[in-house]
Amino acid sequence: MNIFSAFVKKEFFHIFRDRRTILILLVMPIVQIILFGFAISVEIQQIRVAFVVSASSPSKTSIQQLARKVDANEICSVTHWYSSVDAVDAAMKKGEIDVAFCFQEKEPHHLQVQMLIDAVNPTIATSESYYLEAIVTDFLRKQQLNTQKSSAVSLIQPSVQMLYNPQMLSAYNFVPGVMGLIFILICTLMTSISIVRETETGTMEILLVSPVRPIYMIFAKMVPYFVISCINLATILLLAYFLLHIPMTGSIISICLLSFLYIFLSLSLGLLISTVVKSQVAAMIGSIMGLMIPVTLLSGMIFPVENMPWALQRVTAIVPARWYISAMRKLMIEGVSITHVSTEIMVLVGMSVFVLLLAFKNFKNRL
Amino acid sequence: METVIEVQGLTKSFGSFKAVDHLNFKVAKGEIFGFLGANGAGKTTAMRMLCGLSKPTSGSARVAGYDVQLNPEKVKQNIGYMSQRFSLYDDLKVEENIRLFAGIYGIPRPLIKTQTEALLEKLHFTEERNTMVRALPLGWKQKLAFSVAVFHQPKVVFLDEPTGGVDPVTRRQFWELIYEAAAQGITVFVTTHYMDEAEYCDRLSMMVDGRIEALDSPQQLKEKMGVASMDEVFRLLARKAKRTE
Repeated sequence: MNIFSAFVKKEFFHIFRDRRTILILLVMPIVQIILFGFAISVEIQQIRVAFVVSASSPSKTSIQQLARKVDANEICSVTHWYSSVDAVDAAMKKGEIDVAFCFQEKEPHHLQVQMLIDAVNPTIATSESYYLEAIVTDFLRKQQLNTQKSSAVSLIQPSVQMLYNPQMLSAYNFVPGVMGLIFILICTLMTSISIVRETETGTMEILLVSPVRPIYMIFAKMVPYFVISCINLATILLLAYFLLHIPMTGSIISICLLSFLYIFLSLSLGLLISTVVKSQVAAMIGSIMGLMIPVTLLSGMIFPVENMPWALQRVTAIVPARWYISAMRKLMIEGVSITHVSTEIMVLVGMSVFVLLLAFKNFKNRL
Repeated sequence: METVIEVQGLTKSFGSFKAVDHLNFKVAKGEIFGFLGANGAGKTTAMRMLCGLSKPTSGSARVAGYDVQLNPEKVKQNIGYMSQRFSLYDDLKVEENIRLFAGIYGIPRPLIKTQTEALLEKLHFTEERNTMVRALPLGWKQKLAFSVAVFHQPKVVFLDEPTGGVDPVTRRQFWELIYEAAAQGITVFVTTHYMDEAEYCDRLSMMVDGRIEALDSPQQLKEKMGVASMDEVFRLLARKAKRTE
């Protein structure tokens, strides 16, 4: 135990004497949360709408009523009125408008409306179309009700309610993703680099000649990064709660336990990488190519796994972050109890055991 | 005389290549044993087997009374090791390095404290105890690394080209430390490329192509080969090498 604490102390010295690294490790989560929480967002903030109505249109009053309704919405504003559809293209290219409503009246009392949407960014265009369609439908239904008050027409009125994330904030989605990314970065990348550095500088040889058991050395390497990860976990949860106002409906203990499991898995992955590569640069490339990119692209952090092709969905099954992020979403946002994420937990435990055994086997074979 | 290292038929093959080919030798307690050879002759491979860092393909070796294959852990407790590459932690202070390695070798805490003070005193490092090792001149680092390697009073200390890149004056000081350790009964097993250093050894072995080509005291070697300097002994023997790097 004496030896172990001496090693842990040594590892802390290594980390804390490298000021720049420790700064990056502690500040990076804060920056990422702020970036994903505020700056990077797929929510629509503002929709500028143009109305295209020919000057002779007989339904002008109802069109103007619609325009007022659109304008009254806090996100939408009617910024331009055109008399011909030709002007729309130019205005859209200049970036003055996002959507144009074009009205046509083929026969009296049959008003047709066409919505033209700038779909350069398809995600935004889709949201905009849903948003405006809802406004128009609502408007039409009310008009219908007014005109046909006497006749008993029963209309099916859908009432949609968004559960767990009523405002559809993307931050809810990103926070678990950022956590999945940060722990991989800190635990896997830093652990692998720190072990490989000892091989590179020759100190590893000295340790291998000494009577100290390799297992002590390895666990001593993991301890400081585990501590730093726990600090980061606390920072992220606090920021998510107080700054991004994510409600944290689930139990904090479950969230922490699951995160500890994932941190441990990330540390084991770092160990595994360090047994395979020979240089710090290789360790870095291995961690980034092998883990960071899959975490960003295949974990469901940004692109939903459900939308991927079948083959790719199977591939995501081996990305640890996918299971962690999925479980974290359930725990944090849906607020389910830990028993509902037992599949994810089993997978993560299985992965940890497998990775750790493989790493130890590799480590021994190197001698 | 007590035998501390005993090697019999020690062989290490990588495929059909025999890096070390049937070594046989004995080293006595307190002896300074020079292990010479051109680059690629198999010195480092042989030394790694003696330290328990790599497994022999065949043959046996006993170090400090223990078989390296059967009892590698016991061997490790009784040896010190210093490699040609720098073997202390750059970003730890002088004192922290000493304490870390003392801890690794299981020296009890109170003893670590007094011995650390004594060592700092002896090396005139008292002023530098809180200096980061990376800030020390190379010669100082090597002296410190050696002192750390023998800090736990091992039976044998293995030195792999310990004085590479160090100036002659510091090298001389380094050898004084080696003599001192040998006088305390620590067996010194050293590889070197400097022929003036070879002269300091009690006995020398000369490896060529994985085999020991000559083994004797420096004086005897020179007489046998009928040459005046170790340089010439080395060149005459190394010429027999058929392997190229």
